[in-house]
Amino acid sequence: MPLPWLSSGPRRNCLSNRAPDGFAMEKIPILKMGRFLLVTVQVDMHDQLALQLQDDLTARIVASKARGVLIDISSLEVVDSFIGRMISNIAAMAKVLDAETVVVGIQPAVAITLVELGLSLEGVRTALNVDRGMALLQDRLAEELR
Amino acid sequence: MPAAGQTLRKILAQSQRELLADWIQAQLSATTRRTDLMKENELREQSREFLSLMQSASGAGSLTHIDGPNWTQAREFLGRVSRSRAQQGFTPSETATFVFSLKQPLFTRLQSEFGQDAQGLAEEVWLTTDLIDRLGLSTAETYVKSREEIIQRQQREMMELSTPVVQLWENILALPLIGTLDSERTQVVMESLLQKIVETGASIAIIDITGVPTVDTLVAQHLLKTVAAARLMGADCIISGIRPQIAQTIVHLGVNLSEVTTKASLADAFAVALKRTQAKLPQQPGA
Repeated sequence: MPLPWLSSGPRRNCLSNRAPDGFAMEKIPILKMGRFLLVTVQVDMHDQLALQLQDDLTARIVASKARGVLIDISSLEVVDSFIGRMISNIAAMAKVLDAETVVVGIQPAVAITLVELGLSLEGVRTALNVDRGMALLQDRLAEELR
Repeated sequence: MPAAGQTLRKILAQSQRELLADWIQAQLSATTRRTDLMKENELREQSREFLSLMQSASGAGSLTHIDGPNWTQAREFLGRVSRSRAQQGFTPSETATFVFSLKQPLFTRLQSEFGQDAQGLAEEVWLTTDLIDRLGLSTAETYVKSREEIIQRQQREMMELSTPVVQLWENILALPLIGTLDSERTQVVMESLLQKIVETGASIAIIDITGVPTVDTLVAQHLLKTVAAARLMGADCIISGIRPQIAQTIVHLGVNLSEVTTKASLADAFAVALKRTQAKLPQQPGA
């Protein structure tokens, strides 16, 4: 049975979202909330953007000594294996930098797609929404401090 | 020498009553007769109607093209008969015998008509055989088709009754699975579970497999997929209702369920779920 939400066909062109001169490049904002970093993915995540996020996020974790990263992908409706792997990678990198990653707001269709692709994001913590994710991170930190 | 089919038409038109009597006699004495499923009266009525339809069809045109318009009524009648027999529980051969048993009375009549004319008899018998065979095949086809319709309807009904997701407590969902898990059902189960997680904000889902008759590697894989998808939505899964045989099968198959909490009964799973939700997510004011 074909899955309608699986992105089929060729990969989206990475260059199409970039201005011709290469200056105006959209960026995923990283917000600092206390000891945590909040990343909300509001746009369709293409490859270049994901790589850029990886760079920015690792730099910010180091700079701000963050202990947790919250990635909200509730507005992401299409995922493919690349994005799935990217999320796993980001979580693994954050772990190396001693920051816990929680991915929140995965849509049902996206969850099914990821599982069908064989990417169940092992080693990444998940929560239903930002509230729950924040609670999870705070619990974690409290446990450590105890 | 009469034209091909002439004698057959004559028999059908002139000696219908005797033919019907012989045919019914043949059907009543046949080993495939089902007295438990069909009364004699009904059989007589069906036979009479079919013979008269055959007569009008053969009188109106070709004897070889039963797809033609002159045979439409006879075909539709046969279709109705085989559909009703399929629903009543007749076997395919019992259903087809209705038509095929007409051969013998027809052949007897043809024989007495032709007498010594062996060639004419052979030709006419061939024509008759061909006609009856075609009618029999169309009966069998309709029979199979209506059986398939019955099977499809039952499958649909099973799909519909199979996947309730119930909320047991705040933040706790239960998914009692009944029947075998194939990939299509897993899809439905997964979607309804994930949808319910979004709606209720549940953090624990209990998948109860008491009603799943057998667990093979495929079913186990489907279960694990559902667990993985629920985890991505931030809900932990507990698998409960594992019967002793199923536990043995799971181990023999080498299925790894160590990542998932498993409990023998739904009650145990519920107790664990209550404990976990209270320990991990205390009620916050206003939440």
